[in-house]
Amino acid sequence: MSVDLSAPAGRARMSPRRRARLSRGVQYVVLLAVLAVLLTTADWSAVGQTIFNPAAAGEILDRLPRAFYNTVRYTLAAFAVGLSLGTLLALMRLSSVAPYRWIATTYVEFFRGIPALLVVIAVAYAVPIAFGVSFTSIVAIAAIALGSVSAAYISETVRAGIEAVPKGQVEAARSLGMSHTRTMVQVVLPQAFRTVLPPLTNEVLLLTKDTSLLFIIGQTPAFFELTKVGRDALSTASGGLTGLFVIGACYLVITIPLGLVARRLERRTGGRA
Amino acid sequence: MSADSTSAGSTRPVVTIRDLRKSFGEREVLKGIDVQVHAGEVVCVIGPSGSGKSTLLRCVNLLEQPTSGTVELLGAEVTDPDVDIDRVRTHVGMVFQQFNLFSHRTVLDNCTMAQRTVLRRSRAEAERVALANLERVGLADRARAMPAQLSGGQQQRVAIARALSMDPQLMLFDEPTSALDPELVGDVLGVMRDLADAGMTMIVVTHEMAFAREVGDRVVFMDDGQVVEDGAASQVIGAPREERTRTFLQRVLDPTHRHDTARASGAPAQG
Repeated sequence: MSVDLSAPAGRARMSPRRRARLSRGVQYVVLLAVLAVLLTTADWSAVGQTIFNPAAAGEILDRLPRAFYNTVRYTLAAFAVGLSLGTLLALMRLSSVAPYRWIATTYVEFFRGIPALLVVIAVAYAVPIAFGVSFTSIVAIAAIALGSVSAAYISETVRAGIEAVPKGQVEAARSLGMSHTRTMVQVVLPQAFRTVLPPLTNEVLLLTKDTSLLFIIGQTPAFFELTKVGRDALSTASGGLTGLFVIGACYLVITIPLGLVARRLERRTGGRA
Repeated sequence: MSADSTSAGSTRPVVTIRDLRKSFGEREVLKGIDVQVHAGEVVCVIGPSGSGKSTLLRCVNLLEQPTSGTVELLGAEVTDPDVDIDRVRTHVGMVFQQFNLFSHRTVLDNCTMAQRTVLRRSRAEAERVALANLERVGLADRARAMPAQLSGGQQQRVAIARALSMDPQLMLFDEPTSALDPELVGDVLGVMRDLADAGMTMIVVTHEMAFAREVGDRVVFMDDGQVVEDGAASQVIGAPREERTRTFLQRVLDPTHRHDTARASGAPAQG
């Protein structure tokens, strides 16, 4: 029953290393095959006409800077609300006062559970009726609607960050005579935010895409964001889908750098002991 | 060192603990502790792990809320809900096993934060005090470093400087050298010895028997939530009166003879 490692008995079957090399080769072949099928079956002249039509792209070019600026503006407004409200909710969730915890939990479950589009519509149309206010700026709607939704997600992230701060940090601060609030503000929250910086960057990325939902509310041209411009381009005669393609590229200009930043931050904080 | 250093043996009590009890759920960790510490005294608390030493220390500045009994600290009954515990704590420095430096701030900021926010000292004043205390622990040149850049021993010395920057009247040490590599223990104990020589009142939970014997004025031996023996350091460690103290000391001072003193649960040290 002894095992002789040098025996050629294993020759019949492939060694694990050979098998791994073969499997890698097969994967490359499959990949190339899929690409070849896609390239040969697509109708390239139609694609050029309706999706990559330079003339159609040129038509919306003058509206892009404004739309780009608006998308960024709506994102930042929503993030400002989301971050502050989210932090507040996180603190409520960890509060020793039970009703605060219930309110925060209900809020989070509610806004995580309904589509952001519904919230946008509700804020744009229901809130003005209910409270007799009228929004003169889409920025306010973006901040309230998208901010409320992202606050639910951000609060969960921030709460995790707060809970990740070692208990000893709080004890050290309290033993120096610092009050509960001061400890929170000066010791716990700064450390919590440092750990959740990558997921928060991710949240900005998601918000950027969510601003596309604002297309549903009536906008004057000055408030057009990217998706609205893209949809309008759809209904004009020429170019077909080219507008959407250009808009998609614009979103990537914002989101890819954000993704890189998030990954970089993750590496940095991950490397810390 | 300082002009106002008080000699050991002064009669002014800094801490008076009476019939202190603490339970975590069903488990009673402290079963009626009575201990008094006088100004200028260095009291070392020793005992097996799980004997309640750390809990006792943490009850002194109310990091742990006692279940019953009273703690009188610098004339204030800290267990009384009307006492402003934050104010009492500014007079009591605490050093932890895991250092607990604020990892997002520099060494200097660690030492100035509470001075500025709690004692309302100006930045210049706080930094002057902090640097003086960092100098005292031999780390003034690392004032701009982040805690993660320091060795464990250096971090613990910064933690001591941070506590001293509040000008405390009492220092609590919770196993300050237990998390350190052996070669770094000496530096920290050296700083603590200097502090004791300067007349600081100290309660030190420790496993360093040599330190307890040489620097401690008194040693309190705890086991199973009770004070078993409380007396002069030389007596408790050199000539313990209680059998349990003797057993414990034998085990820590001569660990190779563990099987001689193994208790009911004791498995043989070697197979």
